[in-house]
Amino acid sequence: MSALYGVMAELADEKALLAAAHEARDAGWAGVEAYSPFPVAGLAEELEGKPLGVSVFVLLGGILGGAGGYFLQWYSAVISYPINVGGRPLNSWPEFIPVAFEMTVLFAALAAVFAMIVGNGLPRLRHPLFDAPHFDLATRNRFFLCLRGNVEDFDEARAHAFLESLEPLRVIEVAS
Amino acid sequence: MNSQVLRGRWGYASVTDKISDLVLRRPTHWLWALGFGIAGTLTLVLLGGMVWLFAVGVGIWGVNIPVAWGFAIVNFVWWIGIGHAGTFISAFLLLLRQKWRNSINRFAEAMTLFAAGIAGLWPVLHLGRPWFFYWLVPYPDVMDVWPQWRSPLVWDFFAISTYLTVSLLFWYVGLIPDLATLRDRAHGAWRRMVYGFFALGWRGEARHWARFESAYLLLAGLAAPLVISVHSIVSLDFAIGNTPGYHSTIFPPYFVAGALFCGFAMVLVIAIPMRRFLGLEDFITIRHLDNAAKILLATGLLVAYGYAMEVFTAFYSGDKYEIAIALDRMKGFYAPVYWTLLFLNVVVPQVLWWRRARRSVATLFVIGILVNIGMWLERFMIVESSLAHDFLPSAWRPFIPTGWDWAMLAGSVGLFALLFLAFVRVLPALSIFEMRELVEEEKEEAR
Repeated sequence: MSALYGVMAELADEKALLAAAHEARDAGWAGVEAYSPFPVAGLAEELEGKPLGVSVFVLLGGILGGAGGYFLQWYSAVISYPINVGGRPLNSWPEFIPVAFEMTVLFAALAAVFAMIVGNGLPRLRHPLFDAPHFDLATRNRFFLCLRGNVEDFDEARAHAFLESLEPLRVIEVAS
Repeated sequence: MNSQVLRGRWGYASVTDKISDLVLRRPTHWLWALGFGIAGTLTLVLLGGMVWLFAVGVGIWGVNIPVAWGFAIVNFVWWIGIGHAGTFISAFLLLLRQKWRNSINRFAEAMTLFAAGIAGLWPVLHLGRPWFFYWLVPYPDVMDVWPQWRSPLVWDFFAISTYLTVSLLFWYVGLIPDLATLRDRAHGAWRRMVYGFFALGWRGEARHWARFESAYLLLAGLAAPLVISVHSIVSLDFAIGNTPGYHSTIFPPYFVAGALFCGFAMVLVIAIPMRRFLGLEDFITIRHLDNAAKILLATGLLVAYGYAMEVFTAFYSGDKYEIAIALDRMKGFYAPVYWTLLFLNVVVPQVLWWRRARRSVATLFVIGILVNIGMWLERFMIVESSLAHDFLPSAWRPFIPTGWDWAMLAGSVGLFALLFLAFVRVLPALSIFEMRELVEEEKEEAR
């Protein structure tokens, strides 16, 4: 354990970051984070911890929206306020489809967005990385690999040595 | 050279700086200021019209019996149609991996959002007692009544509000990484705070990106059928009624094609001046305009098929009321509207068969404007001519718009322009992170 948030290497392109993440994994580092200005294919797979996808929540949201939307119409048209129009069926399901469909899409979309935001631990306006020098370039043209200091038997000197071996642009210490 | 999606030599840093500087350094062109002034004035006209409408009532418009659906409904259908291309570009073209979409999706989504928002105003203004619009919302009220679920007007309320919400979510999610870029590049505490607040603390961690991409793709998958459903449901407002000229099963696909048609026309009308004034010719290239023109041509042919089938079905049905309305459109009071819209929507786009026309910026701009006018006339023809000429000859009476009708239509165009001009100054008009992806892909291909 260390008082640092972590030690971070600044890299020039996505190839270097992918290679660095791969090496960190091979070297058995725990608590590895990788930052890039756009999604890099295959990068998340190099890092530990399989992220819980948003698709499950989208499915649940869609089911909830669709079933809820249909229930709302069924309840109000059959139970709460039935109107007999020449003996036509109260539960006129074909005409309940449009609203049920719209509610399915609405709830599924809301679930996708909330699952993404909450799953990513956002909103988090204050973060130690934002104080690190050069990290503002992570949203422009630089790629960062960070070894977290909060893991068991974190050795700062070893982390420095490992990151230097990747031949980065620079190695940055991130205070927590 | 001319067929590239990205022209010139751009890297991650230069593309980021170029697009974010459009917002952060704010180059104010005198034409922008002039446009903003005109758009602002027209917006005030719309607001004035709304105040007068609320004070006096819908009698300030030309509506009466039998034509109770006037410009408000025409404008509603027209604006919601314009608001279709953005989501089509963002969702369908993302799912189909069309990488040329990366440079036009952001402003097209903004266009969608503004147009759909303006569209949503019209039915409320049209209500007569607009302060009761919330009766469309299902809630257990003290009057003990519920919305009529079997009415397309209620479906419409759900379709439009869902479409607006989902479009907003899609747009905002795509903006989060770009807002983070603006946060990191902005000078001055105030701007950093505002952009930082809306960026939610985005850092670009690999697992965050993985979730982001998954959510973005799923939103695209959800938005794609939604786009189709919205204008289909709008068309059911007409098709479920038994008025001759409305009561037709071709309406849903015909309306969706028309919506994409005028939506892409509006994309051209916006993209052409924007790329010029913001210096975006390297990102929105001739290739983009060419592709948009091809979609315009294809959807234009679908619309032409719709017109042909409408007339064919009227005669094939043998229904004398349907035949009468078809003939009335060709020869009656609204005949000039009918023939003009056929010329603008069917004849004019045929120019786009020629490659030279598709690559001429001026030609595309003019065609874009003409198609938008043509589609407005189409909506006018559908809504008004059918109501003015229903079953009973003694009730036939044409609709003649008043000055307020025209003023409020012009005002809504002004509001749209105002919102768009404000948008290009405070948010990146192109998606920065997707442009970086495009730079990466181009690099890969060059290798």
